[in-house]
Amino acid sequence: MRKITLHIATSPHVVKGASTETIMKNVIYALLPAAAFGVYAFGISALLVLLTTTISAVAIEHFLCKISKKESTVSDYSAAITGLLLGMCLPPDFPLWMAFMGSAISIGLGKFIFGGLGYNVFNPALVGRAFLQATFPVPITTWYQAFGPDRFYHISSSVLALPFMQPAVDGVSGATPLSAFKFDHVDTQTYDLAMGFINGSIGETGTVFLILGGIYLAWRKMLNWRIPVSIFITVFVFSGAAYLINNTAYPSPVFTLFSGGLMLGAIYMATDMVASPITSMGVWVYGAIIGILVVMIRLWGGLPEGVMYAILLANAISPHIDNLIRPRVYGTTNKLKLS
Amino acid sequence: MGIFKLYKNTFKNGIHPPENKDITQGLPIRQFPFSPILIIPMSQHIGSPAEIIVREGQEVERGQILAKASSYVSVPIHSPVSGTVRKISMVPTISGNKIEGIQLEAFPYSGQEVAEGKPIRLETATSDEILKGIQDCGIVGLGGAAFPTHVKLKVPEGKTCEYLIINGIECEPYLTTDHRVMLEQAEDIFMGIRYLMKATGAIQTVIGIEANKQDAADHLNKLKPNDIPVTIQVVPVKYPQGSEKMLITAVLGKEVPSGGLPIDVNVVTVNVATTAEIGRLLPHGRGIQERVITIAGPAIKKPGNYLIPVGTPLRFVLDYVGIQDDIAEVYMGGPMMGVSVSNLDISITKGTSGILVFGNNDVKKEEKVYPCIKCGACVDACPISLNPSKLGILAKFESYDRMVENFNLMDCFECGSCSYVCPSHIPLVQYFRLSKARYKRRKSLKQNLNNA
Repeated sequence: MRKITLHIATSPHVVKGASTETIMKNVIYALLPAAAFGVYAFGISALLVLLTTTISAVAIEHFLCKISKKESTVSDYSAAITGLLLGMCLPPDFPLWMAFMGSAISIGLGKFIFGGLGYNVFNPALVGRAFLQATFPVPITTWYQAFGPDRFYHISSSVLALPFMQPAVDGVSGATPLSAFKFDHVDTQTYDLAMGFINGSIGETGTVFLILGGIYLAWRKMLNWRIPVSIFITVFVFSGAAYLINNTAYPSPVFTLFSGGLMLGAIYMATDMVASPITSMGVWVYGAIIGILVVMIRLWGGLPEGVMYAILLANAISPHIDNLIRPRVYGTTNKLKLS
Repeated sequence: MGIFKLYKNTFKNGIHPPENKDITQGLPIRQFPFSPILIIPMSQHIGSPAEIIVREGQEVERGQILAKASSYVSVPIHSPVSGTVRKISMVPTISGNKIEGIQLEAFPYSGQEVAEGKPIRLETATSDEILKGIQDCGIVGLGGAAFPTHVKLKVPEGKTCEYLIINGIECEPYLTTDHRVMLEQAEDIFMGIRYLMKATGAIQTVIGIEANKQDAADHLNKLKPNDIPVTIQVVPVKYPQGSEKMLITAVLGKEVPSGGLPIDVNVVTVNVATTAEIGRLLPHGRGIQERVITIAGPAIKKPGNYLIPVGTPLRFVLDYVGIQDDIAEVYMGGPMMGVSVSNLDISITKGTSGILVFGNNDVKKEEKVYPCIKCGACVDACPISLNPSKLGILAKFESYDRMVENFNLMDCFECGSCSYVCPSHIPLVQYFRLSKARYKRRKSLKQNLNNA
């Protein structure tokens, strides 16, 4: 009789075939149109910043894995997402050596020391961004004028500033809609905001592309749509209330929604699966907290933008949300069991 | 109200694995030939093994009792064939353990008439007589669990049974035995329901059927007799709806309390094939000798639904239906909860609902396990709203006490939906099985220490 070798496995013997790697790859695909718009709007300097953060994030993760004698984890694509996201929330003429530092902090302090993918408490890209905000406050708030005529062949000299040198401001710098409103009370047309005819970080102005990418990810069930929706609703309601109370001091809710890094942050950063709550009920609360914090920081803070701090704070409380808000287990009464 | 009702017509969460039922659902049940040698293990049910009452060399008739029930939670085993008891020895089982069993050699030219026992008359029998009859016929849950049916049907003192739910869900992919039974054995099912309603005192019967078996629902509706209060309820297709608790929620909107039984919400559930078996066997006092099994899977040459004698060696079955050269895995049961076979010398038992054979290219690939990224897919899949992500992390740290006390581990009935959806390929349900076993062992060790 023919000899048969049987393989033994425990059930289930079939799996859905989804994979973490596929999710990560699709997040990158969803980000690329907005990143490409950033390069179109800000030119070759923006491209250099994006390449620097992405490549260095991957290289640094590979290096850290090697020196700690672990198998390299770059093939899961999460380091590339972190690098790309960090680049997208930096100004287009940001010095490359600073961008590299940002990547190092993102991967090293934001992700690796927590144990790598799956264990980070905060969105790693925002950890790097927060470090850069604290360390290099001037370059990170200097905005290169969008759609400059020579943007495709002229590299801003600040981009190529030598390491440990502060850049000299060169070319035309302009205000972002948020800073224009905050400091000069200049309003921006909603059409310009939505279409990205404005200054800002590399990846935050292509609003249409950010939303389309988000819809794609939500459709593929690779993004929890409840998080951005919850943020948008809360932001709209709270900034709307402020606008109704005083429509000269405070911007309109539509302006608040479409300006700054809100789209990029709400759709791609707040939704970092690892740093957001796991239950559907939890993410509504999480999104609402981000929305409220964004509005408060933007309206009353010293900085024009508040998305980064709002998300980082909400990341910190996300484990507690999971602890407090739990779906009722089948056949039990709704008794909260904290652990 | 209409939309509200639709929404309520199922349980929360769950998954939709590819059904793969179209290959066999249209194929009528066919009688399987007798194997020259049948191997009959004495433990084909949950509970204590049956006690052998025949001796080596003895000639037995088909339907004759080979072994009697050894306790209340036990059932007798009837001879599936007329033949000679060749040997009483240890025989292999699917778990890998060897247990006591009988090797029967079938008479080659026998007419295979079935010996009958004491009939149970529906009109005169009391509830206890019916339950005793069900035990004497060797009936166990044919859905796969093989729990003695008479034990399950016994309504405890102080409780009442209001609803009898007949489980025609069959949510496991590939399997179509219940589907065929509903299409071909409607009379037996309704007769079985009469016995069951009398045994449990149920006031109303509901047959729950998933929407992918609409033809079976229509068929039963057409043949529904007027003398018993039966309704047929079609529910949306979703795994694991065939689980007792999920079915009760889908059909009645009630939840069985954690750690409780369906009777706590005045319900008794019985598998539809078991019901048909009761309806067919009890009027004649016959024992179970064969059962309907779906044989399917990509590596099977002649898939179908077969009526196979209990004790038929798996090797004989596979030779008869034909398998491809590169088979890799064989399962008994469905692909979601079935058990891998390590040895083709084991035999068909009363609890075998399906035999699936997968080739090398069909089995799930050894995927790289990534860390949990808290995507929440498992949380959205778990039919009882556990947090498999958190439980998986705790299992790695062997925090079994916390898993049980804070995260309701013991409510998990191991449907495997979490492992099915996990994009990081974390073997979640596998962790939970192990954690439950280890928790129980730790607990009993602690108790022994305290008693010492």
